[in-house]
Amino acid sequence: MTSTQPFLEIKGLKKEYIAGKPILKGIDMTISDPGIIAIIGPSGTGKSTLIRCINRLIDSTEGQIIFDNSDVCQAKGTLLRHLRRQVGMVFQEYNLVERLTVIENILTGRLGYMSSWQAWRRDFSQHDINTAFELLDAVGLSEHAKNRADSLSGGQRQRVGIARAVMQDPQILLADEPTSSLDPKTAVEIMELLTKFSCEKNIPALVNMHDVSLARKFANRIIGMADGYIVYDGDPDGITDENLKQIYGGEEWLN
Amino acid sequence: MSEVDSNIDRHWQRFTLKQKLSRYAVYLSFMIALILSLRTVQVIPEFFYDAPEQIADLFSRMWPISFEFYQISVHDAMIETLNIATLGTLVTLVFAVPLAFMNASNIVDSPWSHWVAKFFLVSSRSINSLVWALLFVAIFGPGVIAGVLAIAFRSVGFIGKLLAEAIEEINMGSVEALRATGAPWGAVLLKGYWPQVKPAFFSIVLFRWDINVRESAVLGLVGAGGIGIVLNNSMNLFEWQQVAMSLIAIFVIVILAEVLVVNIRKHLI
Repeated sequence: MTSTQPFLEIKGLKKEYIAGKPILKGIDMTISDPGIIAIIGPSGTGKSTLIRCINRLIDSTEGQIIFDNSDVCQAKGTLLRHLRRQVGMVFQEYNLVERLTVIENILTGRLGYMSSWQAWRRDFSQHDINTAFELLDAVGLSEHAKNRADSLSGGQRQRVGIARAVMQDPQILLADEPTSSLDPKTAVEIMELLTKFSCEKNIPALVNMHDVSLARKFANRIIGMADGYIVYDGDPDGITDENLKQIYGGEEWLN
Repeated sequence: MSEVDSNIDRHWQRFTLKQKLSRYAVYLSFMIALILSLRTVQVIPEFFYDAPEQIADLFSRMWPISFEFYQISVHDAMIETLNIATLGTLVTLVFAVPLAFMNASNIVDSPWSHWVAKFFLVSSRSINSLVWALLFVAIFGPGVIAGVLAIAFRSVGFIGKLLAEAIEEINMGSVEALRATGAPWGAVLLKGYWPQVKPAFFSIVLFRWDINVRESAVLGLVGAGGIGIVLNNSMNLFEWQQVAMSLIAIFVIVILAEVLVVNIRKHLI
């Protein structure tokens, strides 16, 4: 991708689960730079919905999401699959296939590049297998390659989740509350991993989070959402108590 | 107000008066149903009082068991019965798996497809395998084919329904993650659904095979092949010692099937 073309552009995105009750009320954002972009905001404000609209796990009601010169919202069939495979996604509940081994879970990141027949034959290219083991090393789980995913702890599972997303060789990473089920120390380690991969691949990582201090520490841009709108978009250092009050409402919690 | 008066008796009952009355009403209706059905079945007292004598008589005729009859007829018929059960279970899968997919709301999200699948699954289950066997004996003539198809058609509903339920219970998170990687539909099915359904699938199929071994033992009574034919012939000829041999063979096979299934399942899960 050239530097002039943004990684992702969202225009006037709206989503209604129930007609007449929009949860996203018109989101506009442009993501041109790599690095961690934190999306903060209270529960129920549509952070997850926004992330899931980007790779169409949820269909938006209105608006455009321009990614790789195509509108994700209009994409169907093969085009949609080809857009999706360039978007790596990390989930709050890891969403690994628990009965498969760790290495096979990471390899599933390549399924978007393979036919169903190849998937059935487990016909991964030697290059993919090498990459999978390199990623396993990078997330520090080399000795767990042949263990089943359900034998891992939460933090370890999330590392596998990240490795699977990176395995797709994505143009952008999405992470939906990747640290919310983890303890504070593990949460920092997971954020460090996301930072590391977004730097190495030189791609943006859009991360939903609850924890404002974690967002300040790792993000180079913070997007604050409240009530279905973006109310803050800018530098992590520029965010004030006034902004936080607007995002989360109330002020007692700030002290 | 803040002081709690410990002398006040708190009132607590598990059921309200209305609940109690309706519970007694249910007990009462069970009693009435039992009495009514007893009056309908019209037990003939002469036969009823005679029963212990008849049982003793039957057993005395069965003794000594005709073990030589095993080599003569029972062995081959028993193998045929096992073949009917196994082949029938395999043929079932061809129909049951697609119907289970169509019936599982997390695979096909269309009420139309659910109704079609339900129609076939329910019709399969609502007809006993003996009745299916009668139909197929009429169509294909007596023999193994009729037995295999009877077993297959009866099992479709059983396996299809239970498999669909197992599919609906899986964790959709993994499936969502695989869809997010851009994996084609078949790959999502193979890597997302199948690993999660696999233990239930083998459990269901083995359980049905176990049932089918028992059911196919009876199918011969209507001419659909297997040990049932041998049993029926011996009974018609009042060869009770041979009947005893057949019954024991069935009993042993059913026990062996049970042991086998339990052991396979232990290794799979």
